Amino acid sequence: MLRFVLVRIASALPTLFLVSVTVFVLIRLMPGDPALIMLGDLADDRSLADLRAAMGLDEPLPAQFLIWLGNVAEGDFGRSISTNEPVFGLILARFAVSATIVLAAVALAAVVAVPAGMLAAWRQDGALDFAVVGGATLLLSVPSFWLGLLMLLLFGLKLGWLPVIGYVSPGQELERGLLYLVMPVATLVLTEVGVIARMARASTLEVLRLDYITHARAKGLSEGAVLWRHAFRNAFAPTWTLIGVILGNLLGGIAVVETVFTIPGLGRLLVDAIYARDYPVIQGCLLFIAALYVVINLVVDLCYPLFDPTVAA
Amino acid sequence: MTTTAVPFRLPRANALVGGLLVGILALAAIVGLLWTPYDPLAIDFRARLAPPGPAHWLGTDDFGRDVLSRLLAGAWTSASIGVVTTAAAVAVGTLVGILTGFLRGWVDRVVMAVNDTLLSFPGILFALGLLAVLGANKWGIILALSLAYVPTVVRVVRATVLSLRERDFVAASRICGNSALYTMARHVAPNCIAPLIILATVMFGWIILAESALSFLGLGVPPPAPTWGNMLAGSRPLIAQAPWLGIFPGLAIALTLLGINLLGDALRDRLDPRMAR
Repeated sequence: MLRFVLVRIASALPTLFLVSVTVFVLIRLMPGDPALIMLGDLADDRSLADLRAAMGLDEPLPAQFLIWLGNVAEGDFGRSISTNEPVFGLILARFAVSATIVLAAVALAAVVAVPAGMLAAWRQDGALDFAVVGGATLLLSVPSFWLGLLMLLLFGLKLGWLPVIGYVSPGQELERGLLYLVMPVATLVLTEVGVIARMARASTLEVLRLDYITHARAKGLSEGAVLWRHAFRNAFAPTWTLIGVILGNLLGGIAVVETVFTIPGLGRLLVDAIYARDYPVIQGCLLFIAALYVVINLVVDLCYPLFDPTVAA
Repeated sequence: MTTTAVPFRLPRANALVGGLLVGILALAAIVGLLWTPYDPLAIDFRARLAPPGPAHWLGTDDFGRDVLSRLLAGAWTSASIGVVTTAAAVAVGTLVGILTGFLRGWVDRVVMAVNDTLLSFPGILFALGLLAVLGANKWGIILALSLAYVPTVVRVVRATVLSLRERDFVAASRICGNSALYTMARHVAPNCIAPLIILATVMFGWIILAESALSFLGLGVPPPAPTWGNMLAGSRPLIAQAPWLGIFPGLAIALTLLGINLLGDALRDRLDPRMAR
């Protein structure tokens, strides 16, 4: 077991390294002086010269990369061109907002979608299956930013139940903060529930065909026991992997929902940085989100032995 | 077993509805290219924010531009970006996938290391990073999205090729004295077509969604050129006064995606032997 954990963690390190190389190369593809790019057009000669020395721009490219990686490892992602704030602090503050929304949405979506998908598979081709598959395919096709806009129109403006613009952290004011979270979380739940339900259904269908399920039924177990005690553990593994992928995709693509509800999250930070050509922030966000995705996948893999003990063996 | 009677032939209904919706998209795109009721860019301040009615079926926006005309023109933009991007990603990905899967060795290992690294960027994040470098315009989007989706194609094609190359008919072709290149082109590539059709269909949907999301963020085709995404973005501040501005472009995206998803399901039922019941 310990060996499995260590091997899996070790295998994530090369990926992390290659991801950081990609982000470094991507920003260096920009034509022009990297120091000028990092400080913006308004920088004076003195600070440009200082930064050139600090970035090691006289050194060969691999050395420059190592200097950058060393700084990143110490949490020094540079300073924002627009606000002159340290990039890492900016990212952490915004990440807290996005992570709250994404985690709440994915957890709620999974709690609804996994049982729905399993029940649909259990009664394949029945009315319930038809409803689940149809509903899931429909929800799968609705873009989150449009659904968010419609919710805003209905619950925010027409009915006036929920606040329309802005964000209050639930950490500061719990009740008001939660009100601001309802619509963004609901939007993401509705757009992700379809994907998860379809995956849960497909993997349950495959498992229900196996001999050990027939055996469990033959020895007289109730359908509930067959489904939950025997089918669930094996059928849940692919869905669990998918949940990791969804977490990453949402972190990479949450900017649209944050734009609809004017939420100061990580996605919005990245998009605003792209508008402003704030390259230190762009680079920091790309690296942070991609590295986080690698870590999420690692954690997902490390959880595998919980459903399938043979994985760790 | 407790399976009830099949209420409805699901695969066939999927193909029918999906095909119909995608057909409407194709038609709208062609019509949008050739003719629109009004000039999609013509500003008419007398008709500002007119609700849907006989003169403007889907209403007008804050510049008095006809929403239906802009939707039709946007259909062409979305569909053409979707087709070109999908074609580019599939072409490059197939070539790389077949070559690495067939040649193996160090080429395969290097290419797959790069490929897996690119796949470890979530969703459209890699495309966002590329757009930051390339700049936001039509060709920037096409380039960014096709590069972002090539690794997925490489993965699928390589996996198919790896399972094919162990098959007897491939060995037989080599034993007959055919070259590796000929065997690859004549016997391996054609067998990759079924999984590629499924992937290309699904990917076309992802790309339409990604393009409208990027346009919605203001990182897509720049205004005043209409796209469904930038029409939605423009509707955001006016949603209380003019809800039709937000409803119709989103409906167009959702119906298009629904059609593509249904078609993808139907194709998978048809072409993927693992799905056979």
